[in-house]
Amino acid sequence: MERRTSVYGAKDENKAANGIPGFDPPLPITNILCSKGTTIHPFPASDLDTFDQSVGLCLEDAVNLSANIAFDSANVSRQEVPSDRNLISNSDKTQISFNIYPSTDQAQSPRLQLENSQQTNLVSIPSGTTENWGESNMADSSPKTDISTDADTDERSQRFDRGKSSALVAVSDSSDRSKGNLDQKTLRRLAQNREAARKSRLRKKAYVQQLESSRLKLTQLEQELQRARQQGIFISSSGDPSHSMSGNGAMAFDVEYARWLEEQNRKINELRTAVNSHASDAELRIIVDGVMAHYDEIFRLKSNASKADVFHLLSGMWKTPAERCFLWLGGFRSSELLKLLVSQLEPLTEQQLVGIGNLQQSSQQAEDALSQGMEALQQSLAETLSTGSLGSSGSSGNVANYMGQMAMAMGKLGTLEGFIRQADNLRQQTLQQMHRILTTRQSARALLAIHDYFSRLRALSSLWLARPRE
Amino acid sequence: MDRVRELASKKAAVIFTKSSCCMCYSIKTLFYELGASPAIHELDKDSYGREMERALRVLGCDPSVPAVFIGGRFVGSSKDVISLHVDGSLKQMLIDAKAIWF
Repeated sequence: MERRTSVYGAKDENKAANGIPGFDPPLPITNILCSKGTTIHPFPASDLDTFDQSVGLCLEDAVNLSANIAFDSANVSRQEVPSDRNLISNSDKTQISFNIYPSTDQAQSPRLQLENSQQTNLVSIPSGTTENWGESNMADSSPKTDISTDADTDERSQRFDRGKSSALVAVSDSSDRSKGNLDQKTLRRLAQNREAARKSRLRKKAYVQQLESSRLKLTQLEQELQRARQQGIFISSSGDPSHSMSGNGAMAFDVEYARWLEEQNRKINELRTAVNSHASDAELRIIVDGVMAHYDEIFRLKSNASKADVFHLLSGMWKTPAERCFLWLGGFRSSELLKLLVSQLEPLTEQQLVGIGNLQQSSQQAEDALSQGMEALQQSLAETLSTGSLGSSGSSGNVANYMGQMAMAMGKLGTLEGFIRQADNLRQQTLQQMHRILTTRQSARALLAIHDYFSRLRALSSLWLARPRE
Repeated sequence: MDRVRELASKKAAVIFTKSSCCMCYSIKTLFYELGASPAIHELDKDSYGREMERALRVLGCDPSVPAVFIGGRFVGSSKDVISLHVDGSLKQMLIDAKAIWF
């Protein structure tokens, strides 16, 4: 359905007015109130649905178009408009589109309800129907062009001119013309009413069907959510604060991480530009410090997330598959990273070489220590849970044992958060120490290299996931 | 607190732990890696364990274990130890306290 732009939209008013012979600048609705006690008959919406170009308002009929009336600019430009139609646009951006055709010239009678008793007929056309107007207008517009007679046009435009000063297009008398056509008009109108009602029903049916399918979709989504929830991805939709905290932890972190990655990309690009354009050390330092601070940010986010959902971090599901390959305690291994960097950072001074070497060794040692602690934890947890329940004591004893076991296991699980935290601490300290050892420019190159490495891992993941399978 | 101080000064490297604490295990491992042989005191096996734990908290150790002392001075918990280790300070402290030689 095409919505015609209103020639009489707020901005276009004057332009339109000039382009149409015999037509006045749009009359604001407020002016249209009948001063002579005429009755205002709201134009039924259903009628308007199939308001096909037979508005045929005689000039004698005053029209009060309340809300939006779509004005068919195409027809206006064809100059058949001025004849019989009273078109009042709303003071502001009403889109007005309807075609006006001289009533006498058409096979179809005007759709308008003509009130002959009074001097003026007023038609208010609700806005919702404008689209249909446009639609039906389009279909019928062209043939109508030929129908208007010049004589009628002139006469009507004269009358229209007369009415312009009062801004009320009220016409004195119902013409004989309209009386004569009334029966025919009535029949036509009734037919079109039926048509409109039918279309209305069809639209309603379509809408209801749409609603139904949306409802189905909603149910499906809810089921998926339920399934995902069961699989341990805690997604709480309840208002319970503590539960929703941990429930949303995983998803919230994923969102935050995605945002962090975007920002990281931006910052790295900025850094890359600066490095390639041989920016000064001072400028570089600012950008490098910014990147370092941004790394601090992700560690802070991870720290919060580990309180909410440590297993999500540990699982590495927030990373891409290839990255997950190298996962160590919920993140990357600093020692590996340094090994990759050394070759790219040359030339290094003797002191720097020593420093980087020591750093590599320290991080390796710390990683080993933490790894061993994790192993000890796993072992301890396994022992706790595997303590035999084949006690000779009664069932109550077993239950007590079970509860005790669980309590102990819970305590051990709680220490996981500490391990993740220290692993991130290690990563953060390693990055910062590296930054201290290197010059600004070297740091810049190092940060770029680190980012590129992870970017490639992520790209590899994408390729892998998209690979064609037999 | 006195007991803590007393035990801490007895050896160049002293670590207060709990037998069930796995992070303590990590820190111990790290010290062994560095070649140190710290004195280990398990609070849950000590009759004064509870007061000692409280004393450690007063010192600012959070979590209370592992609590590391080098040369009789309080160094910190696992976070501090790792940070000091990464920038090389830990090793130096151990050398200074004669807990290790190189």
